[in-house]
Amino acid sequence: MTYAAQRDAHVPHATIDAPKDYLHITHTVKSWLLSTDHKRIGILYLISITGFFFVGAVAAGLLRLSLVVPDGSIFTNDTYNKLFTIHGVVMVWFFMIPSIPATFGNFLLPIMIGAKDLAFPKLNTTSWYVFMTGALFAMLSVLFGGIDTGWTFYAPLSTAFSNTYVSLALVGVIVVGFSSILTGLNFIVTVHTMRAPGMTWFRMPIFVWTMYAVSMIFLLATPVITMALILLVMERTFKIGVFDPALGGDPVLFEHLFWFYSHPAVYIMVLPGMGVISEIVPAFARKKLFGYKFVAYASIGLATITFFVWGHHMFVNGQSDYASVTFSFLSFAVAVPSAVKVYNWTATIHKGTLVLDTPMVYAMGYIGLFVIGGLTGLFLATLSIDEHVHDTYFVVAHFHYIMVGGTVLAFLGGLHYWWPKFTGRMYNEAWGRISAVLMFVGFNVTFAPQFILGYLGMPRRYHVYPAEFQLMNIMSSAGATILAFAYVFPFVYLLYSLWFGKKAPDNPWDAKGLEWMTTSPPPLHNFIKPPVVDFEAYDYAARVPEA
Amino acid sequence: MFGHALDIWPAAASANAVETDHLIIAFTVLTVLLTAPIFIGFTWFAIRYRRGVKADRRHGEVRSSAIEMTWMIGPFLLTLFFFAWGAQMFMRDKTLPAGGLQIDAIGRQWMWKFQHPGGQSEINDLHVPVGENVTMHMISQDVIHAFYIPSLRIQMDVLPDRYTNLWFKANRTGSYHLFCSEYCGTDHSVMGGTITVMEPAAYQQWLGASGSDMSLASAGEALFQSYGCSGCHQGQSTVRAPSLVGLYGKPVPLEDGRTVVADDSYIRDKILNPNNNLIAGYKQVMPAFKGVIAEDDLLRLVAYIKSTGVRAPM
Repeated sequence: MTYAAQRDAHVPHATIDAPKDYLHITHTVKSWLLSTDHKRIGILYLISITGFFFVGAVAAGLLRLSLVVPDGSIFTNDTYNKLFTIHGVVMVWFFMIPSIPATFGNFLLPIMIGAKDLAFPKLNTTSWYVFMTGALFAMLSVLFGGIDTGWTFYAPLSTAFSNTYVSLALVGVIVVGFSSILTGLNFIVTVHTMRAPGMTWFRMPIFVWTMYAVSMIFLLATPVITMALILLVMERTFKIGVFDPALGGDPVLFEHLFWFYSHPAVYIMVLPGMGVISEIVPAFARKKLFGYKFVAYASIGLATITFFVWGHHMFVNGQSDYASVTFSFLSFAVAVPSAVKVYNWTATIHKGTLVLDTPMVYAMGYIGLFVIGGLTGLFLATLSIDEHVHDTYFVVAHFHYIMVGGTVLAFLGGLHYWWPKFTGRMYNEAWGRISAVLMFVGFNVTFAPQFILGYLGMPRRYHVYPAEFQLMNIMSSAGATILAFAYVFPFVYLLYSLWFGKKAPDNPWDAKGLEWMTTSPPPLHNFIKPPVVDFEAYDYAARVPEA
Repeated sequence: MFGHALDIWPAAASANAVETDHLIIAFTVLTVLLTAPIFIGFTWFAIRYRRGVKADRRHGEVRSSAIEMTWMIGPFLLTLFFFAWGAQMFMRDKTLPAGGLQIDAIGRQWMWKFQHPGGQSEINDLHVPVGENVTMHMISQDVIHAFYIPSLRIQMDVLPDRYTNLWFKANRTGSYHLFCSEYCGTDHSVMGGTITVMEPAAYQQWLGASGSDMSLASAGEALFQSYGCSGCHQGQSTVRAPSLVGLYGKPVPLEDGRTVVADDSYIRDKILNPNNNLIAGYKQVMPAFKGVIAEDDLLRLVAYIKSTGVRAPM
């Protein structure tokens, strides 16, 4: 009998030989902080990024509070600028980029391919310390009084015209990049060398495929932003004249270097979300993922195309018109692999046996937001539309739909899906569903009015605005209030479940995949006996469909 | 003054604005058609195939590549129509019209300075005639700004050390917002004002009333004297310097064998950094005026050189 069959949820297993799980082997703080266990490091990341998420969210709340009135009377212009910069820097670099790869990726990638750990466990511990060091610099810059350059750090504003703690924050972002590179390297080597017997490339879950694709982006794109930001710090400190035209530099060069990383970074945020959704949808439809190979290729396709579209951020900055037309066309091509995923998720639930538990409700919300975010991206890729809505609230709405809708909903969907595996506890299902629905509603009430605001012509990063934009701003701020509740609820009931939740079975969702064939939570080296894989990914077809 | 809080569509003050509206509406219709199957399908399947509901769930394991290719390629080709439409409008927007009115704009933290050819200047307010091609010729004195008029559906970055342009033809009189749309520091959100589109007669009247002693070109001529440019570039100079009469728009042979066209950027750069682009046949003795001449005076000097004989730059 194969190991897989032994661990099937329908076969009661003897608990007598079950080793202690990774949470209970040791208990000291030191055993956590010096752990090389990928699961504990995943949890360390989870705690860290949750903290940063709330820093970024509080800044967002204050911004929306300020925008209720058009005259900017709640904060000074300077305070407002610092708030949106903190919001952007923290959310992008300390929450969204590491969110799914560093938490779920760390915890699940080795288990999903049947490995006992990542290829370089000590490097993995190091990457968390590098991450926290970078975060420390960024947080110090906030404590000292903040920065006001916006998260894009455009020169020469950031090099010659800002007197805030720009260099300190830049060092933070530079350092955190190395953490991404280490994680990406670790994942790639692990996928290549540590797969269990029988785990062929096309038996890997889509989540592993997306982690692999994201790791490629980490390795290829991060060095570019590292280099660009080091040049920026040197420009600020030594006036070397790379970006500041007063010194003979070129500010547009910075935009190119910045977006050569930061556009692929969008896919660092979006691809893992797609991976999570590709796990949840088959599990809660009890059906094999439709077009598995197409979805796997689409992940690699997206990771590739994303390197060729950075110029669509610069349609109105004076770059060559022919370059703009080319970048516009290539950006339209991104829609192809994105459409593959959405249509295939829809086809997957056709003739399935649907269970609308919390993770699935999040996944459905995700798909709705992702579609809206993706299509408005096509609008922005259309040159003459971008000429009007570039740098307006239309853009703000678009990237919040794709990045927040695409990262936060997938993140929370995944967190609920794998929570029993991570913690060994079940959360309250009713609260879970309420929060998921609330989040979808709050999200749309917050960001849908911003599309209208943008088309009306309200530029982004505006603290003071004409009075006729007030109504839409009030609607958006009201939505943000709903959203705030939707964020706080899971935080409360998930923490509550740690102490008072029901003990989780090994496979509470009756799902497929190696992570569900080990105990909840898993033992130190993930499996009692090394697994042998003799089944395809999403092997739900084996079950006889209900009539 | 600017419409009402309940308006959810911006005023359109040009043919370009109206066409942009048509484009986005048509594109929205297409995307709704393409996504309706997803939203309807997802909801319908979620209800019909819920656990516990009796339904036919038999499905073959056959996967149709034809279906997959169709829903990949079909929507892509349909959206390409909008790529082409948008690109064609964009290229039209980027091709500057010959002639028409040129207004110079200087962005700086945190105000817009505008200069009309007659020498009239204004700050944060811009008056233009209706029905005439207006070219904005823009430069920044410090950081990157962007010049944005929502009712015309156009914007363009305003860069330090480099001229950028944008043109429009307003077809409706009225007052419209004028914004800076590229984040530029503390008072970014209050760097803006009003563009007033007027009947040509009213514009002429306004020009007269906001009187100016000198046109841009004559102001430039006075500067040409006062900065000492005329000492070398004019009349019986002892230094052998090229005459600038009729220079604008002409090709200039350089020492390294290249040829450049003497446009605004070239002339501005030559004044600030004469050691760049050395000219064939002349010894470089001119002092650099970088940090000496302000952006608005540079515009006047260029206007003067342009006025001594214009040939459109290629």
